[in-house]
Amino acid sequence: MSENMNLTLKVWRQKNAEAKGQMVTYSAKNISPDMSFLEMLDVVNEGLIKKYEDPIHFDHDCREGICGSCSLHINGRPHGPKHATTSCQLHMRSFKDGETIVIEPWRAAAFPVIKDLSTNRQAFDRIQQAGGFISVNTGGVPDANEIPIPKVIADEAFNSATCIQCGACVAACKNASAMLFVSAKVSQLALLPQGQPERYRRVQAMVAQMDAEGFGHCTNTGACEAECPKEISISNIARMNRDYFTARLIKDEV
Amino acid sequence: MMLDSKIPDGPLAEKWSKHKFNLKLVNPSNKRKYTVIVVGTGLAGSSAAASLAELGYNVKSFCFQDSPRRAHSIAAQGGINAAKNYQNDGDSVFRLFYDTVKGGDYRAREANVYRLADVSVNIIDQCVAQGVPFAREYGGLLDNRSFGGAQVSRTFYARGQTGQQLLLGAYSAQSRQIKLGKIEQYSRHEMMDVVTVDGQAKGIITRDLITGEIESHAAHAVLLCTGGYGNVFYLSTNAMGCNVTATWKAHKRGAYFGNPCFTQIHPTCIPVSGEHQSKLTLMSESLRNDGRVWAPKTKEIAEKLRKSEIKVTDLKEEDRDYFLERKYPAFGNLVPRDVASRNAKEIVDEGRGVGKSGIAVYLDFAESISRLGEDSVRAKYGNLFDMYYQITDENPYQQPMRIYPAVHYTMGGLWVDYNLQTTVPGLYCLGEANFSDHGANRLGASALMQGLADGYFVIPYTIGDYLATIGPAAVDTSHPAFAETKKHVEERIQKLLSLKGTRTVDEFHRDLGLIMWEYCGMARSEEGLIKAKGLIQELRASFWKDAIVPGTNEEVNTSLEKAGRVADFLELGELMVDDALDRRESCGGHFRLESQTEEGEALRDDENYAYVAAWEYKADNSPEELHKEELVYENVKLSQRSYK
Amino acid sequence: MSKFAQTFSSSLGKKLIMSLTGLFLCTFLIVHLIGNLQLFKDDQGQAFNAYSYFMTHFPPIKVISYLLYASIIVHSVYALVLTRNKNKARPVGYASYDGKANSPWSSRNMGILGTIILVFLVVHMSNFWARYHWGELPTARYEVSLTNPNDVKITPIPFNGQEIAHADYVDAPAGVQVLIAKDLYKIVYESFKQWWYVLLYVIAMSALSFHLIHGFRSAFQTLGWNNSKYVPAIRFLGEWVFGVLIPLGFAAMPLYIYFFK
Repeated sequence: MSENMNLTLKVWRQKNAEAKGQMVTYSAKNISPDMSFLEMLDVVNEGLIKKYEDPIHFDHDCREGICGSCSLHINGRPHGPKHATTSCQLHMRSFKDGETIVIEPWRAAAFPVIKDLSTNRQAFDRIQQAGGFISVNTGGVPDANEIPIPKVIADEAFNSATCIQCGACVAACKNASAMLFVSAKVSQLALLPQGQPERYRRVQAMVAQMDAEGFGHCTNTGACEAECPKEISISNIARMNRDYFTARLIKDEV
Repeated sequence: MMLDSKIPDGPLAEKWSKHKFNLKLVNPSNKRKYTVIVVGTGLAGSSAAASLAELGYNVKSFCFQDSPRRAHSIAAQGGINAAKNYQNDGDSVFRLFYDTVKGGDYRAREANVYRLADVSVNIIDQCVAQGVPFAREYGGLLDNRSFGGAQVSRTFYARGQTGQQLLLGAYSAQSRQIKLGKIEQYSRHEMMDVVTVDGQAKGIITRDLITGEIESHAAHAVLLCTGGYGNVFYLSTNAMGCNVTATWKAHKRGAYFGNPCFTQIHPTCIPVSGEHQSKLTLMSESLRNDGRVWAPKTKEIAEKLRKSEIKVTDLKEEDRDYFLERKYPAFGNLVPRDVASRNAKEIVDEGRGVGKSGIAVYLDFAESISRLGEDSVRAKYGNLFDMYYQITDENPYQQPMRIYPAVHYTMGGLWVDYNLQTTVPGLYCLGEANFSDHGANRLGASALMQGLADGYFVIPYTIGDYLATIGPAAVDTSHPAFAETKKHVEERIQKLLSLKGTRTVDEFHRDLGLIMWEYCGMARSEEGLIKAKGLIQELRASFWKDAIVPGTNEEVNTSLEKAGRVADFLELGELMVDDALDRRESCGGHFRLESQTEEGEALRDDENYAYVAAWEYKADNSPEELHKEELVYENVKLSQRSYK
Repeated sequence: MSKFAQTFSSSLGKKLIMSLTGLFLCTFLIVHLIGNLQLFKDDQGQAFNAYSYFMTHFPPIKVISYLLYASIIVHSVYALVLTRNKNKARPVGYASYDGKANSPWSSRNMGILGTIILVFLVVHMSNFWARYHWGELPTARYEVSLTNPNDVKITPIPFNGQEIAHADYVDAPAGVQVLIAKDLYKIVYESFKQWWYVLLYVIAMSALSFHLIHGFRSAFQTLGWNNSKYVPAIRFLGEWVFGVLIPLGFAAMPLYIYFFK
């Protein structure tokens, strides 16, 4: 076990959506390398509260890398320096004593800042509402084993379905594009037989909503894939494009 | 008030279908005249919201997270049980029912559990139709695994994230209804209180977590699907935001609280690494299939290990105590969760714990690695080993893992009848938030099943009966009860904001957690519980004097949010202790030191304690009244567990 | 808006246009390179000038060339539109942004690379293409011996304010093949003898290299042609043929003339 560390934090502070924000410097003292990044922020916040100051606000909940709440842009990268890791699963041993750490919120017009490091990601919910579902009501569905699905297809659909909707793809993309998220959602259902009846309707609706939310376009830099904590592949984007162009340019609508 | 569980008459297997027939129906064209509030968007909440909206009701759905898809159901790893018998290994609805009642140590209602097992098969159908990517065989059919020591393979799973996939299914159904305008979604809203009019639930008061606005929402019925209260222990595997506020406020408005002391402790969690620890991480208990649990034989050796004077891998066989294998030769490392947990605690209490803190025991894979090879161990547990490595920076392929039990689930919750209605008419409680199906201990892969059963297949039927009775007259927030409750909420917020003491809310929460863990955790005694009661009362008094709650209400204020939740935990903690004191028997996760067999095993007292303890709130700082719902077992024979 | 227009105004539609025009320009590069290989011929520009005439006067090629000009314009305009969208999608930037950690430099700088190429194209086309079409160009008369193709006699005819008709015929009595053509070769030769012009070419071709390393593969990704079976082939083509071979071929021409002629 290495020794405890002292760090300098440069944190984006912004009182609310309307206020002008700025970077503020804090020092984080006596930080154990065993702490998670969010626990380090907890320690800083405890210190601020004791001084009756406003603690740094950030989104977090499960702290085990699955809920997708945490969303910190750390030293220029979404979720920090470690591959396939959410902010909450990043540990302080990834940093060195004396280091300066820059912490910012996700930056995108479609993700307006709520306060400090927390942003409003409901654009993702609205994209889902536009078509990210299979229209079946509760009850009246066939037996689960009446729809055989090849294992490779089921596995591939699962890979797309592991998206935790954190928004790191948008944060990483130089164009603030949401294509990785949207394509993962489109792909999951486009791959499965249950999703076929609405396949082409879905992709058009979700892309239209994505554009309406003001996300940027995709220039295939691959940054989203590299930063995705769940390692979602950009082959999903190709799959979505294929379906979208098929729907818009080839398929005859009945 | 007499408790009426409304369990239908007749043979066990026919109760639910008979009951469904007897329930009143709401005319399809009248359904749109009703509004139902659903608080919480986990498996129970989102499945209920979607299903009710599909039926035609207007639904208002609330969650404190920024999106309904982030509720903590998402974190469930293992799987979901269903009595499909796809594996032809002798499973049936009755066997799932039987296992669940037995696993719950005979403290659950037969009728509820049977219904749960009965609808379990529909859940899988529903989820597959929604596009949940369950694991499959090469033939294209669904794969199953055996889970938590079950004798049959009935667990459906989606790699290590079944909870997330099931929740995404329910969330997608909910999203569809939001788009159709049948569900109004309120994210980043916290429920602050229930509004009752003439004893019936008619709405809720919420706080907008961004603007701080206190809002009133009226409805014909209110569903609480707000999860468990494991965070009363501060450290648990629950998410940071999990809290008891919704159910606790309901409790204070007349809903009885059932079996509050029944909590489940999971044996294989990653141990606490220091005071900074904010939450605990669970590792699947499948690890015990191949790992051997041990501790140093003596205190002296443990001491040397803690100070890193010797290395664990250098320790000789004769200096190791494989205590589970020694004490339970028949089951060895695979004893149930509560037994494994309790034994680890005993070791640590004896001073034989390991790790820097001394609060852990070893889970060793050295033998499996030499027997099966590292690759085969990696294939089975690779993701868990990686997770452990990432969190602890210790390589479990080279040295034993350190594990320690952690609070994981609460079987207790609001008391509900067979219709999932609490003792307040119009107020329902679903999922982990209610007490109903798991008795004193929950089986693995059953939590997801219960949440979805309640939401998809129980509440859509039972709520109609109540709604048909009260009629579709419009509801609004004009009744003075709304203004009164809102004022009450605002006063409490102002009271919290006036706290300008010296200690942070987290410090109080941590203290409460330590008390609960020490005295109302894995082993409980009369003496300890009495002491805990006093400590909690002192802590609560100190909180209301010495806590710091900075900021104002009209902004994002997490300190204020936490303060409200911790204040409620400080009240709930005492009720848990009272409940544990009342139950002078050991059952499931509740182990009373006074009630054990000669071998130190849990000893049930069916003659005196085969009841559900339903507590009625009376007034602040005064004892609650205990009501007992006797449990009747007509279909299973009560027996004592033994793992020797 | 018609459904068609809607499609192309969506973010995916705009990218579809980028990818289609880009791929079309890629195919042009192959043709252009092969044709320009005539520059390496040691025939005092005879083949090159004949080729230039063919390219500007053969009707199908003329049609394609208009498509080509349109592609260049559309590709550039849409690039501008997309860049504007990008700035709108992230109005507040990061104080710290570590792009190199997650994506190749070329992928992040297509705009800059494209601008360099565009500037180059303007210089390149005004110098050669525009001059060829409308400018004052000398003419050359080639007489190639019918018996010995290596025996070439060239007579430069300086520009005298009047265009000289193109001719290509066999003068049987003289035993020669006569070609009278605009002497673009001379212009090229003179240009490539200037160091700054050579430098501009080398810089532009490096930019082209990086632009294509990303662009070629990216176009297929946008079109949705991402199949594990042929992705490696696309990658290879993009990196080695379009990223290295073609820009190298183009850059070799000015270098060859500057240093070896």
